[in-house]
Amino acid sequence: MYTSGKYSSRGPALIPRMKTKHRIYYIILFSVVLLGLIATGMFQFWPHSIESTADWTLDRHSVHDAPLIRLPVSSPIPERGDLSCRMHTCFDVYRCGYNPKNRIKVYIYPLQRFVDELGVPISSTGLSREYNDLLSAISDSDFYTDDVTRACLFIPSIDVLNQNSLRIRETAQALAMLPRWDKGMNHLLFNMLPGGPPDYNTALDVPRDRALLAGGGFSTWTYRQGYDVSIPVYSPLSADVDLAERQPGPRRYFILSSQTAIHREYRAELERLKEENGEAVLLLDKCSNLSQGAASARKRCYKGQVYDYPQILQESSFCVVLRGARLGQAALSDVLQAGCVPVILADSYILPFSEVLDWKRASVVIPEEKLSEMYTILKSIPHRQVEEMQRQARWFWEAYFSSMKAIGLTTLQIINDRIYPYAARTYEQWNHPPVVKCSSVNSPLFLPLIPPRTPGFTAVVLTYDRVESLFRVITEISKVPSLAKLLVVWNNQNKSPPEESLWPKISVPLKVVRTKENKLSNRFFPYDEIETEAVLAIDDDIIMLTSDELQFGYEYFNYLYTYKMPGDIKNWVDAHMNCEDIAMNFLVANITGKAPIKVTPRKKFKCPECTAIDGLSLDQTHMVERSECINKFASVFGTMPLKVVEHRADPVLYKDDFPEKLKSFPNIGSL
Amino acid sequence: MQAKKRYLTLFSAGACLILLFCLGRLQFSLSRRGPGRPDDRRLPGYHPGARWRRVSGYLQPFSSWEQDQSDDLTEYISPRQKRDANSGLYMGKRCRMESCFDFSLCERNGLKVYVYPQQKGEKLSESYQNILSSIEGSRFYTSDPGQACLFVLSLDTLDRDQLSPQYVHNLKAKIQSLPLWNGGKNHIIFNLYSGTWPDYTEDLGFDIGLAMLAKASISTENFRPNFDVSIPLFSKEHPRTGGERGYLKHNTIRPYRKYMLVFKGKRYLTGIGSDTRNALYHIHNSEDVVLLTTCKHGKDWQKHKDARCDKDNAEYDKYDYREMLYNSTFCLVPRGRRLGSFRFLEALQAACVPVMLSNGWELPFSEIIDWNRAAVIGDERLLLQVPSTVRSIHQDKILSLRQQTQFLWEAYFNSVEKIVLTTLEIIEDRVLLHTSRSNLMWNSLPGGLFTLPQYSTFLGDFPFYYAKLGIKPSPKFTAIIHVVTPLVSQSQPVMKLLIAVAKSQYCAQVIVLWNCEKPLPAKHRWPATSVPVTVIEGESKVISSRFLPYNTIPTDAVLSLDEDTVLSTTEVDFAFTVWQSFPDRIVGYPARSHFWDSNKERWGYTSKWTNDYSMVLTGAAIYHKYLLTQFPLLLLPLTLSHFPLRYYHYLYTTYLPASLKTMVDQMSNCEDILMNFLVSSVTKLPPIKVTQKKQYKETMMGQSSRASRWADPDHFAQRQTCMNKFANWFGTMPLIHSQMRLDPVLFKDQVSILRKKYRDIERL
Repeated sequence: MYTSGKYSSRGPALIPRMKTKHRIYYIILFSVVLLGLIATGMFQFWPHSIESTADWTLDRHSVHDAPLIRLPVSSPIPERGDLSCRMHTCFDVYRCGYNPKNRIKVYIYPLQRFVDELGVPISSTGLSREYNDLLSAISDSDFYTDDVTRACLFIPSIDVLNQNSLRIRETAQALAMLPRWDKGMNHLLFNMLPGGPPDYNTALDVPRDRALLAGGGFSTWTYRQGYDVSIPVYSPLSADVDLAERQPGPRRYFILSSQTAIHREYRAELERLKEENGEAVLLLDKCSNLSQGAASARKRCYKGQVYDYPQILQESSFCVVLRGARLGQAALSDVLQAGCVPVILADSYILPFSEVLDWKRASVVIPEEKLSEMYTILKSIPHRQVEEMQRQARWFWEAYFSSMKAIGLTTLQIINDRIYPYAARTYEQWNHPPVVKCSSVNSPLFLPLIPPRTPGFTAVVLTYDRVESLFRVITEISKVPSLAKLLVVWNNQNKSPPEESLWPKISVPLKVVRTKENKLSNRFFPYDEIETEAVLAIDDDIIMLTSDELQFGYEYFNYLYTYKMPGDIKNWVDAHMNCEDIAMNFLVANITGKAPIKVTPRKKFKCPECTAIDGLSLDQTHMVERSECINKFASVFGTMPLKVVEHRADPVLYKDDFPEKLKSFPNIGSL
Repeated sequence: MQAKKRYLTLFSAGACLILLFCLGRLQFSLSRRGPGRPDDRRLPGYHPGARWRRVSGYLQPFSSWEQDQSDDLTEYISPRQKRDANSGLYMGKRCRMESCFDFSLCERNGLKVYVYPQQKGEKLSESYQNILSSIEGSRFYTSDPGQACLFVLSLDTLDRDQLSPQYVHNLKAKIQSLPLWNGGKNHIIFNLYSGTWPDYTEDLGFDIGLAMLAKASISTENFRPNFDVSIPLFSKEHPRTGGERGYLKHNTIRPYRKYMLVFKGKRYLTGIGSDTRNALYHIHNSEDVVLLTTCKHGKDWQKHKDARCDKDNAEYDKYDYREMLYNSTFCLVPRGRRLGSFRFLEALQAACVPVMLSNGWELPFSEIIDWNRAAVIGDERLLLQVPSTVRSIHQDKILSLRQQTQFLWEAYFNSVEKIVLTTLEIIEDRVLLHTSRSNLMWNSLPGGLFTLPQYSTFLGDFPFYYAKLGIKPSPKFTAIIHVVTPLVSQSQPVMKLLIAVAKSQYCAQVIVLWNCEKPLPAKHRWPATSVPVTVIEGESKVISSRFLPYNTIPTDAVLSLDEDTVLSTTEVDFAFTVWQSFPDRIVGYPARSHFWDSNKERWGYTSKWTNDYSMVLTGAAIYHKYLLTQFPLLLLPLTLSHFPLRYYHYLYTTYLPASLKTMVDQMSNCEDILMNFLVSSVTKLPPIKVTQKKQYKETMMGQSSRASRWADPDHFAQRQTCMNKFANWFGTMPLIHSQMRLDPVLFKDQVSILRKKYRDIERL
């Protein structure tokens, strides 16, 4: 009572004692303080959303909305690119950090228009259509982040795709003005047409400090291996023309040259080739009678005959891609699109994405000096290889050349693979077209190892409750010299296994595993107890096994069965109590691409006594169901992985007229 | 009182407000301005929250067709001049094949390597001698400098550490005096160590001019891509030929071993390269990540020793290096003084996946080996992340990394010869650009040294990639019958054989190689068959002419037969169906075995009936036609008039050296043993024996007394000698025993003969 009285006389009593006027005054005062607090908090924690909401209101965003920035004449210029830059010296890897997805975060600067002090823009085209597509594709990808502090890679929105349209000095100044430039660290520039007259440098001439360069047309002297990325020169025809994929096979022409601006020395050599080989070579040039413009880019002529470009490319097996002033040619993209095998004559050229793509399987590279021998060289390539190259060429175009999006994301993936090399995409992922990926088999155990005999094998016996039969099997198996361990899988939950003293006495360790559910799939569970590579899986009703006869599975496949087997199949097997062995065969065939091996003439596995007690295999519906299984599994795997073979493995001296004593496995076939 | 209180409250509230505001601003400006960064907000046109957004509306394309045209047409320099200019421009550190290598020397003979004769008084280190003798024993070697396209010095350049006893003085003058030096053009210089304490530069101490470098521990900065070759650091004890196999004997399914990551090595207290190893203790946990360092090296380590030294040294002595190596999933390979270290090859052999911690090291044979398949490439800057990185790697991936280490070790690293040959093959790929091997050939079994691009550049022509590419070998075979005796009667064994083979449903073509003194018989004397029979006359009457260039063979499989072989159609059919399942192995009928004769300390050859075998006789065997090309003696020496000229060149460029070939030719024997050696060394698997058949010749069965080489008592002794000669050349015994024979599924089963597909096989 006392405490509550004291309470009421203090705290709350303060306000009632005041006059109404004062009360209002205080309330206002406190709400001002509160508001101030909230405002400060807001300002501090959500500054971005406050301001960017203003931008969101603009639905359509045009170039002219971008802020205009005037470059002072004295603005600093970055250093020229450092040729010794590598990822470990010029790239700040700490920005990328460790993350479970192993993905780099990419930030794109907002668009700005740079002009010099006189108001002249730094680039004659400004933002190009292609660069806009590229940046938009990146901003839609999961590499993108709009948080500049979390980014690992920065992409300026200054378009340097074509050096011809740039004012070199001013562009460099603009780059250095970027807020996070920091000597170009972790910045990525995309350039497709480097150099300019008269010497046509093979890398972008804009001074760019340590920035990474994704360039089209690198030569081996300008390309910083493992740092720069070589990209293709995008061909606008990729988007304009829809060429259907053509089946690989022989074509009307053998060699086709469709480029128009070929140096006259090379044109003379090509003409000589044409003279020697006649119809097989088609040598096209610009159409002189057509007016300049977009239309002329789509036509090619030979002696007055007009051909549609790029459709004509599909009519040839090989298409010449010759260097021009620059090493990288947009024609390469057209040629690949048409599924024509490119014959690349550009000495010292670093092929697009050569870090990950295996160009030897999609193109023929010939030194420029050997142009005159081109025909003989190409003739020596086997037909089947040409077909594979045609398919591969088309696949490269579809996956990596077809759009600015493909080019941009491939570039980022390559950089990503360098930063997280242990999670990098594999050769097969980069180079195998989907058709091959489906039909190919990559066995996880690809190394041919002949397992030594010492570890022996582990026998796994699946049993339900037929103790007598089980014991007989155990006794029989234990006679096998190479048996290392016996594992009994007790698949009966209602009954516990017999006591230890009742089990037969054998010389190898015996383990009993009790399962939680009566499932046939339990046989193929990769029990920790299995220490050997070879596993003998048998049923408890097989007693006619002589100790020499072994049927091996691999421990690995047990592991696969549990973790890799399509879920439907496992459920089906467990529900129907059948076909677990067929499922296993399917899986192994699918993984290794090989048929299983049948050893010795054994076909019957069952004992005559145990007729139809509760043996699964003797069930009336058993055989019917097993056929059903096969159809079901084949539909789940999508193909029929099983292979038919007509052989079985026997011991070397099997059934030979030879003293039995001297044979290694004399008991086989004695039953 | 009231007023006072009121003012006090007002004042305190105001003070609070001001304080809050100041604090807020201070915090705000701190968070905005990172240390050392320009204030973003002060830059014109940039405001926080601005982000990239797609621009709509018309935009110009980045380049127009007309502009491209004009660029290319305005170039006035002739391309030839431009190429010539390059070679003057890019020298020294900017050397590339295009500018510093003379391809014209290789035009005529391909890549032929000349080794300078050894000068008197020059002593060579053991390793360098091994390198030179490997080159001299290889198919690249020529003793004529006029034929050569690549030159190798006989001056020891391996150790260029001035403090080393092996250091060769006055190398500069010695090299300059060589008559063929030519500024180093088309020369290759092998080097393992360069520079010395304290900075360990990569300078060799002499001007290498235009020569290529095959160097260990080369850094990416100094490495001239597509010109230099990065080789692994190997020790004096590294075997010249043969080489040990990898330690992986079988796969374990939970691939984790006792330790996750181990390292044991020296710690350099001061100077270059010491940082990484000094920091290792941070991630050492003495449970599954065991990284041990010792300060004990050099004479005066006590002077530099730091606080951790005693503790580290004590821990270091507790563990055995070998034990750790074999029981660890990953092995750390941090840089030492130089970028490469011996730990690398040790880990590779031990199937312990290397975790590289050596920034800027151009990994060995990086031009062709995809190291991401066999190693984890770490970054020295991210040392602390290494444990979590390796733990995050999925077990399937570990399994494949581990197997790949073994493949790479055995394919390219396990002997000096392999290292040297790989180097030369890489250079050959650059010289013969359009026939170079693809990445897949280098990085999957059996490796680049066994896939000769001269045979074919098409992956599907090799038996190794069928599964990988999802293709199947051709469903037919070509039979080749080797005839040495003249045709006298229609009942001769060769006639029976021809008819039996041609009857097979899988036979596409029969080729008869007429190697007899007598002229070719008339066409009508050959039996009429449903498949085409081609008769080819071989000019030289030696045993190896049984085999002919692959291009006349339309199928993948080849059934090679001696003229006196006895075979039934069923046996042929069955053997072929078996081959389809094992396209990379030899499938044959009679088998032989080898054994180690410990009394005579040599290999023995036996034709007795044993429980296992390691060879099948190629007098009747099916194999992939690819094997023909691996085997010069099997290819040679047919007249050129029968074949297009381009094969001339290629016939001579195959795997085995001429010495073995001539030996077999002279003895007229052992070609089948050599074939088995080769196939087993490529596939690492035994051949396959089908059916019970033990003999396949009339002479062997004693039904005929006609003189045959099999009846010759010397014949058997010769074969013993062959075995040992071959084993010597291979440096190891590649043959593998097998206890398995393949029979038809219902063979000798108690079922009706009518249900059996291959009935004739039972009747033997």
